[in-house]
This record gives sequence, structure tokens and C-alpha cells, in this order.
Amino acid sequence: MATEEHGSGLQIHPMDQFVVKPLFGDGPIEWYTPTNVTLWMGIAVVAMIALLVLSTRRRAIVPSRGQSVAELFYGFIHKMVEDVAGHEGLKFFPYIMTLFMFVFLSNMLGLIPMSFTTTSHIAVTAVLALLVFLTVTLVGLYRKGLGFLSMFWVSSAPLVLRPILAVIELISYFVRPLSHSIRLGGNLMAGHAVIKVFAGFAGAMGIASVVPIAAIAAIYGLETLVAAVQAYVFTILTCVYLRDAVGDAHH
Amino acid sequence: MATEATAEAGKAVGMPQLDFSTWPNQIFWLLVTLVVIYFVLSRIALPRIGAVLADRKSTITNDLAAAEELKQKAVEAEKSYNEALANARTEAAKIVAQARAEIQKDLDAATAKADAEIAAKAAESEKTIAEIRDGAAQAVSEVARDVAAELVAALGVGADAKTVTAAVAARLKG
Repeated sequence: MATEEHGSGLQIHPMDQFVVKPLFGDGPIEWYTPTNVTLWMGIAVVAMIALLVLSTRRRAIVPSRGQSVAELFYGFIHKMVEDVAGHEGLKFFPYIMTLFMFVFLSNMLGLIPMSFTTTSHIAVTAVLALLVFLTVTLVGLYRKGLGFLSMFWVSSAPLVLRPILAVIELISYFVRPLSHSIRLGGNLMAGHAVIKVFAGFAGAMGIASVVPIAAIAAIYGLETLVAAVQAYVFTILTCVYLRDAVGDAHH
Repeated sequence: MATEATAEAGKAVGMPQLDFSTWPNQIFWLLVTLVVIYFVLSRIALPRIGAVLADRKSTITNDLAAAEELKQKAVEAEKSYNEALANARTEAAKIVAQARAEIQKDLDAATAKADAEIAAKAAESEKTIAEIRDGAAQAVSEVARDVAAELVAALGVGADAKTVTAAVAARLKG
């Protein structure tokens, strides 16, 4: 390990940025230890309050810029929930808004240099996805009872195919939280790691570092897009899953 | 190994994502964050923004209704204006006709008066002319009589005034 550290002139540690560290000292990380996870989640909360609460405190009929942004977020998610999950889904609007604001702000805050991207951790995205999965399953069973299970019995298919389709549907249903969480965490982690790798090149290439720096600028732009799109995708998939639980029509 | 681990704090070994020792910490703080965000959103932010949007919508609806009403009023005002204009036009036409008739009447009266005056003047003038003519004729007959009497006397024919006068009168008539 020591030889690896000092033998190579090219020292790139793309994964260092994902290390969870205690904020104070470097003792063991217990479940309650304030860490950089705590710090950046706290910043996300502060950003959310600034964006949605402080900017709207004048409740103006003719909105200020900040209030317009807050209304934009509200209208965007509200319309998404109504269009995708249906009118019944609007009961879950605060819940979905919570997920969206957390994922969106964490993604965006993660783009700040030297910051820590909470949503690049599988632990975080897995909990988010499991929450959605449990909510959809429990709400579906509560509202529809055993009728919720008819989702797996594709009545429009020929009878012979139905058991096979039921198995496929069942598998796809239980794979949902996995794909839901890994899609978000993987995208964020890969993007940040790639930027870090290019940054390592830039440090080692002297005058030719113009190339990796240009590449970092381009990838940074792409990552900004990915940060917004992944938050959008996570949220709209939540709405799609929720429609199974609250909607009348399935598939 | 232990010293190495402490020395390398902040250095990643493999994927930090799969370092399960940090999972309880992340999950705990994530749940705290989500609960805080959920409460702030559902208690403060979302009702407030929803109320503002509803307010704006109703304000716009009211304003549109008011605008519609005002437009209706404007149309009515225009109608009554046009009506008033038409009334004024007919009134004016009536007044003009009346004035014209009055003027015509005055004119006729004046014309008649002038005609009468002219006729009176003409009659007077005729009378004067007749008098003058009569006067002239008389003067002529007198002069003729005198001249005739003088001529007769000059010719040495004796004739009395009566005869001469009668002869002159006869000539003058002829």
C-alpha cells in the first residue's frame, strides 16, 4: 500500500470524495455521530428552507424572483403528481415534494467543489427507494386490498401466458427499489468520480492540462444536467409506482 | 494496520459506498433530514405557496370579471352616446327646419311689405308724374295760346282771345 502511495507520480483518488468522515475529530462513526453526511444534509435543509419558505414569506400576488422559483417548483411537482399519479395521488404531494427537494438539492449541492454528495451513496438512495416501495405496497394493499395483487395477473393476456407474466411482473415489482436506488446513486457516483479522475490528470500533465480542464468543464455541464434529470426521474418513477397503488386503471 | 487506518483517515479503500460501517450513520441522518423537510414542507411551505397560487388565480378571475363588466359598461355607454347623438341630430334638424320656416315667413312678410311700399311709391310717383305732365301740358297750351295770340296780333288779324284759345285747344288735342 505504501509503495502504491509513493511509487506513482500520478496520484488520483477519485473515491476519496465519497468517504464518510466525522465532523469533529476522527473517532469511530456511530449511528449518531455528526459526519459530513450530517453537514451536507443540513445544508440541503437550509437551502430548501431558503428556497421555499424564506422566498415566499411576503406571499405576494405579484411574485418576487425567489417566490417565482418556489412557485415553479411547486407547480412542476404538483402537475407531475396530478398528471402521472392521478388526482388521488395528490394526497401524497408533500411526500413526493420532500423526495424531490431532497434529491434535487443534494445533487446540486454535490456539484459544489469539495462538497460531499449524499445522494451518491447507496445507503441513502436505497432508503429513499425502499420508502417509496413500502409506501406504494402498503397504500396499495390498504386501498385495494387483495385487488392490488391483480396488478400481477395480466387479464388481457392469454390464460396460458398469465402465470409466466405474473412471475415476470412479480420480479419486476421487487426489482423496482433496486433499480430505483442504483440508478440515482450510480449516476451521481460515476459522474463525480469521472470529474475527479480528469482533475487528477490536470494536475499531472503540465501545460497539456488544458485538455482535461476543458473536459472537466464539459463533464461538469453534463453532470449539472444529470443532477436535475436524475431528481426528475426519481420523482416521476415514484409517481408512476404510486399510480399502481392509488389509480383506478393499472397498466 | 490500525495505525495505517488512522493515518489514512479521509482516504478511500475500495468503494466508500460499500463500507457498511457508515450505513447506520447515513440512514439515521437521512431519516432526520427527510422528517425535517417533510414537516417544513407540509406545515409551512406547501400550504403557503398553494394559498398564494389560489389567491392569484381568484384575483385574476375577479379582475377578468371586472374587466368584462367594464367592457359591458363601455359598450352601453357607447350605445347611449350614439343614441344621444342621433337625438341631437334630429333635434338640430328640427330646429333648422323651424328656423328656416320662420325666416321664410319673415322674408315673405318683408317682401310683401316691400312690394306694398313699392306699389305705394309707384302710385305716388305716377301721380306726381301725371301732375307734372298735366302742369307741363297746361304750360304748353298757355305758351301756345300766348304765342298764337301774339302771332295773330302780329299778322294784324283781329281776333279775340276766346277764339284763339279754342283754336289752340283744338290743335293741341289733334
